[in-house]
Amino acid sequence: MSVIINAEDEKKKSLTTAKFQSERKVIQSAAVPIELENIDTDQIIPARFLKATTRDGFGKNLFRDWRFENDDENKPVKDFALNNKIYSGKILVAGKNFGCGSSREHAAWAIKDYGFDAVVSSFFADIFKNNALNNFLLPVQISDEFLQKIFKAIKEDTNAEIEINLEAQYIKILATGEQEGFEINKYKKTCLLNGYDDIDYLLNIKDKIEAFEKATA
Amino acid sequence: MSVQNKSGLTLFDKIWEKHIVQKIEDGPSVLYIDTHFIHEVTSPQAFTGLNKRGIKVFRPKQVVATADHNVPTLNQHLPIKEELSRLQVEALIKNCAEHGIELYGLGHPYQGIVHVIGPELGVTQPGMTMVCGDSHTSTHGAFGSIAFGIGTSEVEMVLATQCLLQSKPKLMRINVEGELNKGVVSKDIILYIISLISASGATGYAVEFAGSAIRSLSMEARMTICNMSIEMGARCGLIAPDETTFNYVNGRQFAPKGEEWNKKLAEWKTLFTDADAVFDKEIHINAKDIEPMITYGTNPGMGIGVTKNIPALNEVDAKEKPYYEKSLQYMGLEAGSLMKGKKVDYVFIGSCTNSRIEDLRMVADFVKGKKKADGVEVWIVPGSKQVEAQAQKEGIDKVLADAGFMLRQPGCSACLGMNEDKIPAGKYCISTSNRNFEGRQGPNARTFLASPLTAAVAAITGEVGDVREYLN
Ligand code: SF4
Repeated sequence: MSVIINAEDEKKKSLTTAKFQSERKVIQSAAVPIELENIDTDQIIPARFLKATTRDGFGKNLFRDWRFENDDENKPVKDFALNNKIYSGKILVAGKNFGCGSSREHAAWAIKDYGFDAVVSSFFADIFKNNALNNFLLPVQISDEFLQKIFKAIKEDTNAEIEINLEAQYIKILATGEQEGFEINKYKKTCLLNGYDDIDYLLNIKDKIEAFEKATA
Repeated sequence: MSVQNKSGLTLFDKIWEKHIVQKIEDGPSVLYIDTHFIHEVTSPQAFTGLNKRGIKVFRPKQVVATADHNVPTLNQHLPIKEELSRLQVEALIKNCAEHGIELYGLGHPYQGIVHVIGPELGVTQPGMTMVCGDSHTSTHGAFGSIAFGIGTSEVEMVLATQCLLQSKPKLMRINVEGELNKGVVSKDIILYIISLISASGATGYAVEFAGSAIRSLSMEARMTICNMSIEMGARCGLIAPDETTFNYVNGRQFAPKGEEWNKKLAEWKTLFTDADAVFDKEIHINAKDIEPMITYGTNPGMGIGVTKNIPALNEVDAKEKPYYEKSLQYMGLEAGSLMKGKKVDYVFIGSCTNSRIEDLRMVADFVKGKKKADGVEVWIVPGSKQVEAQAQKEGIDKVLADAGFMLRQPGCSACLGMNEDKIPAGKYCISTSNRNFEGRQGPNARTFLASPLTAAVAAITGEVGDVREYLN
């Protein structure tokens, strides 16, 4: 059932897409709410879709078993947020402990591939957070209180726009003007804003790594 | 943030500091990785990344590969039937060959679940930093190493440079003191801890397990504990190495030998938390409070003593109610009801949590001379070829077969329902694995997590029971 996209497409897309997208320092969009805690990566992308050997095409199976009844694409679960036409946007908002469980990076790929640029929650599992950052998917961790405000704002108006400003590190509900700051470490922020990745950084210090190996051998 | 030591060092600090290549100001540290395990599911895209960059694996001798997640557990000598699975396993073979990585693939006498083979081969050693594109890499922490799961981009980083960018986690110590009750094994300890602090209770922390109850455990039992530290969100779990650890490692295929052994041993003996070290958080648990455990919900934190009732609705925090109700609805269980006596359809004994030889021995001892209950299907999936061979040598395979259990071949199997070993929709499975998430063992499958002993009781009686009633 998983889509295999051939290596050529993979090459074309490559990192440059992600880098290009990251140049948007501000994300402004309506948001899709999933008001549940402990959403694990098995729900985000079930294991049976991990058989692909490329990074693409996972969006199609994002939240597969919550989206469709009995794995049947003709039977969408109507009130699940991704199927509910009243919701749209590039921001996914979810309850506490988002992305727990399996380390599969496919979860971040699926969310990104589906079209989200940011995930907002009051708590992220560590590995998911790293995976998201490595794919230029911004994890925005806010207080429980502010998370509830966002859910409320979306309940009142499903088109309520949220602004996430990475440069200035705040998230704002445009309708009410309420905002809250969020943390991100400086290094990661620089990476996201400039489209750098950790591998480039590490490859650049290879002589240091070799020196370390010699010193500790 | 973390301990700025005027005081002593923790076990974690000692290993961490030794592996820092460089610190980035206001950012993470460059952490050197001693050993990198890879498997077929989370590595192909990392190799594609390397190829795109036109680079080779930096230190292929420090990478160990196996095929486990996606392999069939019957007829492993035949070509893999399922096409995508076969392609993925073939990609691993090709990538390992191209980059000079040792692969213990299907058919190899060392093949098995990555977290079972690392320790049994002596690849896993105290004081190491170890990673794998798999969250249960925390297992290896049982040897007093820093071992954690990473994503595929990070797999690529380690393949490319043998390093990772990592921020130092906060430090927690969980002390379990006293003697364990009869019928209580290490799986119960960790399920109890997770039920106490929740599935996110240790997120952001490295957790050291300590105390006399932990010290008394065998290496295999310690691995079960560290294995599930990720289930409370921990970055890793670790236990200070001691004589039990050294005796386990000594003599294994890839363990240091001769002079090298003496040198390493002296080094390993310095790996403990200093008496005056300070943790960001500390938890004390009395071993006597731990009963055989069972989970009823859809995350590993939703566990109770096997004689207890599932929490009633009014005992659940208002904010958690939507999740709680969805969870029980998925499981087809009533809030407030009793777990004991619940019927099960399947028993799965396997996974990197409980598929080692001691687990199989524990089950065989219990079921010897008994028969499985009618209508229950029992799958035993050894963690590795070596475990399988040992089980045959000890005649465990016969005991299990006589009881009507099905002994399959090594792999992750029904732990994650990626290959064809799936629990059918709506069916109940008591499982020795580590995750009871919705759909984990197959779409709409329902999982109760428990120890191998509690699983064995269910195999014989067809329902959730209290193992203590069967022990004298
Ligand atoms: S046995 Fe289960 S938890 Fe362990 S590595 Fe395999 S899939 Fe992951």
